[in-house]
Amino acid sequence: MNAANYLYISALLFTIGAVGVVVRRNAIVVFMCIELMLNAANLSFVTFSRINGDLDGQVMAFFTMVVAACEVVVGLAIIVTIYRSRRSASVDDASLLKR
Amino acid sequence: MTTSTSLVYLIALPLAGAAILLLAGRRADKWGHLLGTAMSASSFGVGLYQLMLMLDRPTEQRPVGKKLFEWINVGEFKVDAGLLLDQLSICFVLLITGVGTLIHIYSISYMSHDKDRRRFFAYLNLFIAAMLLLVLGDSYLNLYVGWEGVGLASYLLIGFWNQKPAYATASKKAFVMNRIGDMGLSFAIMIAFATMGTVSFAGVQEHAHHASEAALTGMGIMLLVAAAGKSAQFPLQAWLGDAMAGPTPVSALIHAATMVTAGVYLITRSNFVFDAAPTAQLLVVIVGAITLMFGALIGTAKDDIKKALAASTMSQIGYMILAAGLGPVGYAFAIMHLLTHGFFKAGMFLGAGSVMHGMNDEVNMRKYGALRKFMPITFVTFGLGYLAILGVPPFAGFYSKDMIIETAFNAGGAKGIILGVTTLIGAAITAFYMTRVMILTFTGTKRWDDDAHPHESPWLMWLPMAVLAIGSVSSGYLLSSGDALENWLHPLFDHHEEHEAHLFEPIVVSAMALTMVAIGVAIAFFKYARQEVSSVAPENVSIFTKIARQDLMQDRFNEAVFMRPGQALTTTLVAADDVVIDGAVRGVGQVAMGSGSALRGLQNGYVRSYAAVILVGAIALIGAIWVVVQ
Repeated sequence: MNAANYLYISALLFTIGAVGVVVRRNAIVVFMCIELMLNAANLSFVTFSRINGDLDGQVMAFFTMVVAACEVVVGLAIIVTIYRSRRSASVDDASLLKR
Repeated sequence: MTTSTSLVYLIALPLAGAAILLLAGRRADKWGHLLGTAMSASSFGVGLYQLMLMLDRPTEQRPVGKKLFEWINVGEFKVDAGLLLDQLSICFVLLITGVGTLIHIYSISYMSHDKDRRRFFAYLNLFIAAMLLLVLGDSYLNLYVGWEGVGLASYLLIGFWNQKPAYATASKKAFVMNRIGDMGLSFAIMIAFATMGTVSFAGVQEHAHHASEAALTGMGIMLLVAAAGKSAQFPLQAWLGDAMAGPTPVSALIHAATMVTAGVYLITRSNFVFDAAPTAQLLVVIVGAITLMFGALIGTAKDDIKKALAASTMSQIGYMILAAGLGPVGYAFAIMHLLTHGFFKAGMFLGAGSVMHGMNDEVNMRKYGALRKFMPITFVTFGLGYLAILGVPPFAGFYSKDMIIETAFNAGGAKGIILGVTTLIGAAITAFYMTRVMILTFTGTKRWDDDAHPHESPWLMWLPMAVLAIGSVSSGYLLSSGDALENWLHPLFDHHEEHEAHLFEPIVVSAMALTMVAIGVAIAFFKYARQEVSSVAPENVSIFTKIARQDLMQDRFNEAVFMRPGQALTTTLVAADDVVIDGAVRGVGQVAMGSGSALRGLQNGYVRSYAAVILVGAIALIGAIWVVVQ
């Protein structure tokens, strides 16, 4: 099977994630879209690893997973805190940090 | 050179007087004038003592010095604060302290109604100290300190009654015009240091032979600028007339007898520079000749008795500068005229003060008249000064002024003829305006206001006038009999022994001078004694009189050539500073602020728009890389 197809899927997933981040208001959904983008990147990494025949890409994928796990812990904590204080998980409502 | 510690007291005594009177404040009001006079008199005593010591020593050992302290010691540049008393300085020391003491005595009475009399005496003492430092300094830098000190004292005393804005302006004008001269002196000192590496008189005299003529000419011209500023010589003469705003004793002491002659001292002291720089020397003569005519012409039109005398001072100092510019043959005569002038002009100024004292401080001569009967002593003393300035034998001016005229004629060639004729015409005009002053003030019909009650001044005032009158009568004879002053000063100047052929015999010069004086007196007599004098100045006068009344347009000239362009330049510079410098600074701020507020719109707080911007940015970056790589 052509390895390039994985890259196409990766690009598609990344695009879906990016569009989701930009268009969705729900913080949880935005979060999941970010996960989608990270995993699209992971898919690219392992694909390149396979194409090049070495393990660099796979190692990078593990790094990405660690970062993603940390990000989820911190991000979800923030979202839960915001939801507790303002009864809303919409990212547009949390827009006080400006001007 | 022998040292003499008592030189210090010459300066320290009046300086201490000034310090005590200024620091003690109102507590010293009761006895301040007595202390001031005592300090000046004791300084005169020290001067006389020094003169006796000097007379006892053989000629070559006469100069004495005293190193006070090491003033500046920077690398190659070493200056000691030191004093030097030689045959030239002693003349000045005795003139300054002698005339100064007489004027202190006069001021006790003249200023007795002024509540600030103590302050006045403090300033007078300050002036005496500064002037003594000027003539006793052994280097140009020490002289400079005294030079600035007398400028300060002059400023303070001209503006003594500074509650009148015009008087305050006059003092400022004198100060500012003097700054130009001071600048000349500082340049001269810089040139001396740059070319000869020393600023002491002895050092410069030693090195002057090796220095280039260009450097010496530059130094000479700068010294001339300094002299012109301090001595009210063309083209820096405009301040002297206004300086008459000061109390009359100040005019007599500072603006007639001593400070304004500092320029003559400077040129005479720097004889080794001028003798080696003929161009600068010629300029000195030209400045002297112009000023003596300039002052004389102004004097003819002034109705203010003090301003007429001030114009006369300017003119007489012109004579001295001219003589000093004639080289070794002229220095002694310049100093002699300076000394005799110190007597008769100070005497006449004190006389004018005495007249003003009795006439409610009226200065307009057209409101005087017939004062001879009311002020006999003033009339006699003023009259003796008048005869002296005219140069009538055997009064003082005859000896000193005739010498200058004679020396001018003997300068040789066309230069000699021009200078001789100028000094002769100057003598005639001097005779005219001084006769005018005499006639308008003391003779004719009385023209004074009803509330004036002319009376003779108290003895404290007429005594100094009498002493100065004696000086006006005798000083010329005493100084010139057996060439006393010439021989006294002889060791200081580099004489060429060979004498050029005399153009005229001395007796011929005297006859010509007396004829010119007689013509001047006669014109004044017919114009003012034979006709009724109006108590207001006539308006329908010739254009020349109008110009002379306005000081030959000196103020207008200065305003048109220096003041207004200067103001325009300042305004332009201020505007340029505002627009260019400040504009650049403000512009940077405004650009930063503008771009900041424009970019602030992007910070809208919406996470999704930030994400979109990041996304677009990333895509644009990748696109750019892609384009470049392709």
